Amino acid sequence: MLRVIGAPTLSALTTSIVPSDIRRTEPLTLPEAESEAAYLDRLRTVAARNQVWRSYMGLGYHDTHTPAVILRNVFENPGWYTPYTPYQAEIAQGRLESLLNFQTMVSELTGMEVANASLLDEATAAAEAVGLILRVRRRSGPATVVVSDRVFPHVREVLVSRAALLDVTIITGDPATMALPADLAGVYVQSPDDHGALVNLAPIAARVHAVGGLLAVGTDLLACALVVPPGEQGADVVVGNAQRFGVPLGYGGPHAAFFATRSSFVRQAPGRIIGVSVDAHGRRAYRMALQTREQHIRREKATSNICTAQALLANISAFYGVFHGPDGLRAISTRVHAHTARLAEALRAAGWQQTNATFFDTLHITADRATIGRLRESSERRQINFRYPGADIVQVALDETVDESDLKDVLACFTEAGPNAALLTAGEARGLPAEMRRTSPFMTHPVFNAHHSETEMMRYIRQLERKDLGLDTAMIPLGSCTMKLNAAAEMLPVTWPQFSRLHPFVPASQAEGYHQIFRELEDALATITGLPAVSLQPNSGAQGEFAGLLVIKAYHGSRGEAHRDVVLIPQSAHGTNPASAAMAGLHVVIVACDERGNIEIDDLKTKAAEHRDKLACLMVTYPSTHGVFEAGIREVCATIHEHGGQVYMDGANMNAQVGVTSPAAIGADVCHLNLHKTFAIPHGGGGPGMGPIAVATHLAPFLPGHPLAKTGGTHAIAPVAAAPWGSASILLISYGYIRMLGAHGMTRATEVAMLNANYIKARLAASFPVLYTGAHGRVAHELIFDLRPSKARTGVDEQDVAKRLMDYGFHAPTVSFPVAGTLMVEPTESEPKEELDRFCDAMMAIRAEIEDVATGRLDRSDNPLKHAPHPATDVTASDWPHSYSREQAAYPVPGLRAHKFWPVVSRIDNPHGDRNLMCACPPIEAYEDELKA
Amino acid sequence: MYPTTLKYTKDHEWVKLDAAEATVGITDFAQSQLGDVVFVELPEVGREVKQGEMFGTIESVKAVSELFAPLSGVVTAVNADLGVHPEQINAKPHEAWMIRIQASAPAEADNLLDADAYTTLTT
Repeated sequence: MLRVIGAPTLSALTTSIVPSDIRRTEPLTLPEAESEAAYLDRLRTVAARNQVWRSYMGLGYHDTHTPAVILRNVFENPGWYTPYTPYQAEIAQGRLESLLNFQTMVSELTGMEVANASLLDEATAAAEAVGLILRVRRRSGPATVVVSDRVFPHVREVLVSRAALLDVTIITGDPATMALPADLAGVYVQSPDDHGALVNLAPIAARVHAVGGLLAVGTDLLACALVVPPGEQGADVVVGNAQRFGVPLGYGGPHAAFFATRSSFVRQAPGRIIGVSVDAHGRRAYRMALQTREQHIRREKATSNICTAQALLANISAFYGVFHGPDGLRAISTRVHAHTARLAEALRAAGWQQTNATFFDTLHITADRATIGRLRESSERRQINFRYPGADIVQVALDETVDESDLKDVLACFTEAGPNAALLTAGEARGLPAEMRRTSPFMTHPVFNAHHSETEMMRYIRQLERKDLGLDTAMIPLGSCTMKLNAAAEMLPVTWPQFSRLHPFVPASQAEGYHQIFRELEDALATITGLPAVSLQPNSGAQGEFAGLLVIKAYHGSRGEAHRDVVLIPQSAHGTNPASAAMAGLHVVIVACDERGNIEIDDLKTKAAEHRDKLACLMVTYPSTHGVFEAGIREVCATIHEHGGQVYMDGANMNAQVGVTSPAAIGADVCHLNLHKTFAIPHGGGGPGMGPIAVATHLAPFLPGHPLAKTGGTHAIAPVAAAPWGSASILLISYGYIRMLGAHGMTRATEVAMLNANYIKARLAASFPVLYTGAHGRVAHELIFDLRPSKARTGVDEQDVAKRLMDYGFHAPTVSFPVAGTLMVEPTESEPKEELDRFCDAMMAIRAEIEDVATGRLDRSDNPLKHAPHPATDVTASDWPHSYSREQAAYPVPGLRAHKFWPVVSRIDNPHGDRNLMCACPPIEAYEDELKA
Repeated sequence: MYPTTLKYTKDHEWVKLDAAEATVGITDFAQSQLGDVVFVELPEVGREVKQGEMFGTIESVKAVSELFAPLSGVVTAVNADLGVHPEQINAKPHEAWMIRIQASAPAEADNLLDADAYTTLTT
């Protein structure tokens, strides 16, 4: 490979790519690499330091039984966890169908018209709900949002701190009784509320609507099976956490939050929305709808900075719904409520003060401090966690795992601490008044009523999985996404009970194993970035950006420079950068890039000087989004510092830095790390991810805190996520990656990632022009092929090549980012030479097809590129209307004879889907019509 | 190719003036840049707009653009048909009108481009 590239050695290649003034000279000082066996052995001892108690703490998190058929075939299956976000919809129909099931399930359970494909967590979903309210209802000028005083504390802190950035007045109170202000934009309430009580929402909705406001409701999906859902009571937005639908607690995540609203607000909704469209032959096909709302198109005007859903977790929850069906969910919900009612009855009979008159699964009990103290002791002896919101309050939230003996144990804790209580065989129908009981049907679609045995379920999962292309099938050379191996040994511990069954708010003494891992991971990330303080809280890269910007704001504020609110962002930046800046209440000023894709240093200097009194920071990706190590980076960062600004480095391209340079070396003060890119967390088919931030010493005091756990700096900003350490369980994956590769292995991975990219460049540069290169004509870890000349000459564009690659068994590279009309390829270090060659051969064969179009051997419109991809149903149809052969359509290169991946639909009609928006499972008649057709 | 009976803005709207009534749409150049139009968000009848002020948005599969009022006045009519058939904007951009404005200052039309000037702007 080095010979093809023309470099003598790997280190010589690295030296020629990475500018000398930022190159690391000493190896990273990290613990020695461990073998897989040694790592897993040691991790078992770390896991043993976590204690799996029964946690009846609620707060939006509940223990659940992940059906084994889903655990094995989805959660632990690379077919489901390795694919990317379904941008290439033709090879993602399986998870798109499942995500559509999720949307259908959520919208029907909540009683709303549309739901999105999930958000990061309940707290940020609540903040997004307020964002929607403001976009829809705010006229110019002041606006007030009322937040109920019975919202979970962590949800409340995230929601209020985010809304404050939008220049909104927040009032806390009881929206059922308080006077509503004249400039009311909307109200956020929670039901079941923070005390476990069911809120009568209809009168609140009427009051809010009467003054022109909107009502957002945080709710519990399982409660919705039994209780009149918010949508039937006039809610305009409904959010919550779908975790208890089969997703392990994982000490905080990852889970799928949900977001549902009215159809008329769908264009104001955040996040991914899956929609139904048709393919080129008119067959039903799924795709991501209304993408123009999103940051990659709308930048600072986007509905949110969110780039990702929690696809893997939403799919687990959707399969949980498919497996149990409406009757099963109703049964689970009824059982949970019945247990709660029996417990309430027993406690009442014994004289305990249970104060929430209505409830679903949570009881709020008050007693004197001494009694609560005794209760705590008796529950700790039994290894049971309750929630203690105050010294004289205890809350008990039951879940589907609770059985008769658990219930007896819970009661025994109370009996030991106070009045003697006895469990009755059946509870009274107390807690859920008849008028609050749900009567409407939900999840009536056949998909939720057909897969209730393990055999059927296993086959349904497999049937969907086969439609999708993940890393278990082929290389996914997506530029800027870093689709590297998610090694099985890194993945295994995620579902070990000592890691997966911990409630996020258990006392730290029960999570010592986790905290050891957090410390070691923070240390490693600090060493790798050269930035000494780390927050593991942000749940995605975008959330990391947001957190980093708030830390910078807090720093300026602490120095009496709160007026610094201008962010410089290069033209070439990811769309999330300006979207995050807008969310943080900062003003974006764009810096030009030159024709080689580098920041125009003169323009940067001019703008930094022009805004020097208001300059907050620069947001810069390094190596650049064009895949080049810009030689002037240190000068760029120094310029910002000279003018009083901070430097935020977007860590999207960190895979080219580890061990060879660092954010600190280029002069950055903050960076986020996409653990799902560089540090091996799988993409999950569109989430989860993790975006911790690393900061310089002067910013450490401001790292985000949390109301329910000790974390963050001495002057911590408000939390940016629901859980103190984000999606804690998947931090294990990055931890494993770092421990099993060690300093040498990770540095070599960086070098091989650059080797692979430059090898592809060397092989394909003659076929497709490479847009940007750095010194010595090399690229970093990714490269951009320009399809615009081909398009001008033959009409074949970047989309045609992307779709044609599917016929060759590949996922397309990144299309039209960062430059329209191009393909960006990132092979990562994980791909063997054979796979790189197979990809290069495919690209060269496609180049030959384009030439055939140019010379007229292939028709300009009837050719295998324009009609790609070709599903088996088309290639084997009796009618073959094309001027090229079936063989050329499906088997253009011989290697495909040995292994062929078949897309299941032909090219999807995107405009049709957005013009005829449908975001739930199509009615059954649609399927019948299709089968007839 | 741009009709001389219309006036144009630099933001790619066209306007047809009939006494003080202005009919407004987007140009062929604008629709070709946007690609397949999937959605148009238009104001309510009765809304007052100022010249150069945003009155709506237009959305294709890959882009969103804001629509700017070519003249000041009150919106008197909105083409509801575009809600159902936004593709008309791609098919017949200079016929698929969006709103009508009762112009409060028709002399503002002097700030607009004629067909020649607009052609120069877009080529």
